[in-house]
Amino acid sequence: MQTAVLGGFVAAAMVPLLHRWFGSRTPLVMALLPASLAVWLISQWPVIASGDVLLLEQAWVPGLDITLTFMIDGLAWLFAMLITVIGALVLVYSREYLHGHRDLPRFLVVITAFMMSMLGLVLADNLVTLFVFWELTSITSYLLIGFNHTDSAARKAALQGLLVTVGGGLALLAGFVLLALAGDSWSLHELVQRGDVLRGHDLYTPLLICVLLGAFTKSAQFPFHFWLPNAMAAPTPVSAYLHSATMVKAGVYLLARLHPALGGTDGWVITLSLVGAVTMVTGAFLAMQHTNVKKLLAYSTVMGLGTLTMLLGIGTEKALVAFAVFLLAHSLYKGALFMVAGILDHETGTKDVTAMGGLRHLMPATAIVAGVAGLSLAGLPPLLGFVGKELMLTSVLEAPFWRLLILLLAFTAAFLTLAVAAIIVLRPFFGQRQDTPQPPHDPSRVMLAGPGLLAALSLLFGLVPGLLDPVVGAVVTGMGAPEAKVHLALWHGFNLPLALSFASLVLGLTIYRLWDRLRAGLTRLAPLIRCGPEAGYDALMAGLVILADGQTRFLQNGYIRNYLVMTLLVLVGLVGHALFFRHGLAPDVTLSVYFHEAVTAGLMIAGAVAACVMRSRLAAVAALGVMGFSIALTFVLFSAPDLAITQLLVETLTVILLVLVLFRLPRFATLSTPTERLRDLVVASLTGGLITLLMLAVLSGERLPRISDYMVANSQPLGHGHNIVNVILVDFRALDTLGEMFVLALAAIGVFAMLRFHAALGEGVDRDGRRNLAPTEDDHG
Amino acid sequence: MEPLMAITIGILFAAAIYMMLRRSIVKLVIGLILLSNAANLLIFATAGMVRGAPPLVPKGMTAPETAVADPLPQALVLTAIVIAFGVLSFAVVLVRRAWEIVGADDLDQMKDTDT
Repeated sequence: MQTAVLGGFVAAAMVPLLHRWFGSRTPLVMALLPASLAVWLISQWPVIASGDVLLLEQAWVPGLDITLTFMIDGLAWLFAMLITVIGALVLVYSREYLHGHRDLPRFLVVITAFMMSMLGLVLADNLVTLFVFWELTSITSYLLIGFNHTDSAARKAALQGLLVTVGGGLALLAGFVLLALAGDSWSLHELVQRGDVLRGHDLYTPLLICVLLGAFTKSAQFPFHFWLPNAMAAPTPVSAYLHSATMVKAGVYLLARLHPALGGTDGWVITLSLVGAVTMVTGAFLAMQHTNVKKLLAYSTVMGLGTLTMLLGIGTEKALVAFAVFLLAHSLYKGALFMVAGILDHETGTKDVTAMGGLRHLMPATAIVAGVAGLSLAGLPPLLGFVGKELMLTSVLEAPFWRLLILLLAFTAAFLTLAVAAIIVLRPFFGQRQDTPQPPHDPSRVMLAGPGLLAALSLLFGLVPGLLDPVVGAVVTGMGAPEAKVHLALWHGFNLPLALSFASLVLGLTIYRLWDRLRAGLTRLAPLIRCGPEAGYDALMAGLVILADGQTRFLQNGYIRNYLVMTLLVLVGLVGHALFFRHGLAPDVTLSVYFHEAVTAGLMIAGAVAACVMRSRLAAVAALGVMGFSIALTFVLFSAPDLAITQLLVETLTVILLVLVLFRLPRFATLSTPTERLRDLVVASLTGGLITLLMLAVLSGERLPRISDYMVANSQPLGHGHNIVNVILVDFRALDTLGEMFVLALAAIGVFAMLRFHAALGEGVDRDGRRNLAPTEDDHG
Repeated sequence: MEPLMAITIGILFAAAIYMMLRRSIVKLVIGLILLSNAANLLIFATAGMVRGAPPLVPKGMTAPETAVADPLPQALVLTAIVIAFGVLSFAVVLVRRAWEIVGADDLDQMKDTDT
């Protein structure tokens, strides 16, 4: 399986080549990949059905406990099936939808890579591996949302989706590290067995917060729901795949996966059930204000994701069964409806449901598919959506906290969703025939195959829900409730959920009737809705830009001395702090000094200070010379004859060089204000003082044995030289000297080049004007 | 001697940094000279300063009879002096070319790349 997933990435990279061979049939060729994976998964079903966990071990970075091991249990199996089956259908669908599109190969590359990332995500057993695939889905989905990259709205939506999910991803990474620390394992199948340890651990609360942030951003839970409807800028196959069946369910998958490890505490139950319920209502309510069919579906997806989160929060056996059924039902009908939306867009040229009407006569096959999927969305019998909704309402009645509030929210979401389903199905296909930008007709069978199959499955599983018993049982086992009795049925008798379903049918249809008037009212509310979390995101982004702008202006302003001051102050602050607190400021040194040594030091100081304050360049160079020769003298006095010779030579050359070149340079000018000079003096004194203190600290510390004793002892026997310093330079550390020679040679080449290629550089410059700038008179005063 | 050198070196560093913070490019070069000298002295002095015991092996012997000054810092400083000279000559010529072409003595006028 690992080979297949990693090979899938290779296949993705080879799409441009395949496109050359197969042309517009490439999507069908690519669809073989997920299809064959689905077949393999089905062949593994007997193992899964028996309640076993299939562990495909594969090492990756053994030293860091990172493995590429895949774990397939019921939960992973269902997700992997959804990913591969819907993936294959979407690829088939995109053959028509993107037929002749210039960027078809690019689309196929990214969507195949996404598919493999998603598969890796749901199959990974190792937290690090899971995180890598998690981020890969974020990145590939960024590329898919921004597929129409010439459209600025698409680019903005892509970036928004990326920033929200990747921001949550960062929190998730922290959460995973904490999880691994608390559970002492990076392996999911081990972690889920240590639920009691994890729930009792001190790190439980922080790790739960981090993991939930990651899952909520990915699965578009309130208040991070806003990126999902914006992501509808993507081409419809992408929306059908990423934003209904797969990527947005990654967060839900993670929560379900970690349910046995982290679930069941008050924090988990309250957070998940409330956030989920609020997301449900927010999604269903915000859908009402839109007429764009994709936006309507996107908001109803938000509602679906909220339902799944809420069910995980409630966490009873019934709720987990409802989770599994609703997950499957939602993927089936939402995938179908998105593809229908794409067909409508493709055939009529508009996405606006109010601009369509009476299409059932022109597109009968599409109308049937839409009707079946829509009934499932509405939660009406005899479809799987109905089974899911009944189970959902039943489990809400078991909610351990705020049962009435959650029931109210769930009921509201139910009838609003019913209204959304009516809007999506009844508006375009029934009622008055309206003229659309393009004359519509049923699409080809290839395009209808995907939604048709998904809708048919919705109907089949709705009529015979018993077929799903083993699958749902396996999923629930994977979520840590192996004893749950799973007997799905369409008809549960007259009970409260049925009554609620009936009430929601009545209310939903009423809202559908009043929708046009309601929308007008919502338009008036629009400014209020715009103040939602998305405004917070925009403000955050704007603030980030202002902050980056400000700190760039402040720190990176182009003045070298500001960089220098900043660096030095940080140095003084950090090193000074460490010095003061580790060592104190009282050095333990004794001073023994002769008069002539003190005079030499005094000359050095005088020379350095004079070089700073002299107003004539020659005097400054002379002062530098005094300092340099005093240093040479110090070398003589303190047993370093070689240094003294070198220093004398270099000092002489330096003075000659400066005298030769400096007088072709401008005179000293006073360019800075007294305040600036004072500031520089303070910075300079602080740094100088730090150096002095550091050196005193070094001198008063204990000395380590010299490493040069070997060199002293072996200079003559091995190096055959009596001057130990010279032997070190040419023998013990000869490579250093070689490096030094390279540096000198490079400097010489640079100097030569700059002096020699004089005219060539000056080309195009007004030579006379330049000469006027150069100083001509001397400065021997 | 070392504590006195510590103070001297501190002053040398302060002078070097003060000059490097000036806007005039020529003063920047002077700051560079001061800085390399101060750094060399720092390495030399921190290793311990010994009077009258140069690291030499007397003729006809295989090792010095008495303890000698540490030769390794001396070797390092020797390399550093020469390299500092190489850097200095490069910097001086660079400053001269910059002055010829840009015609500005003020570093503040050179802060944009599109001059």
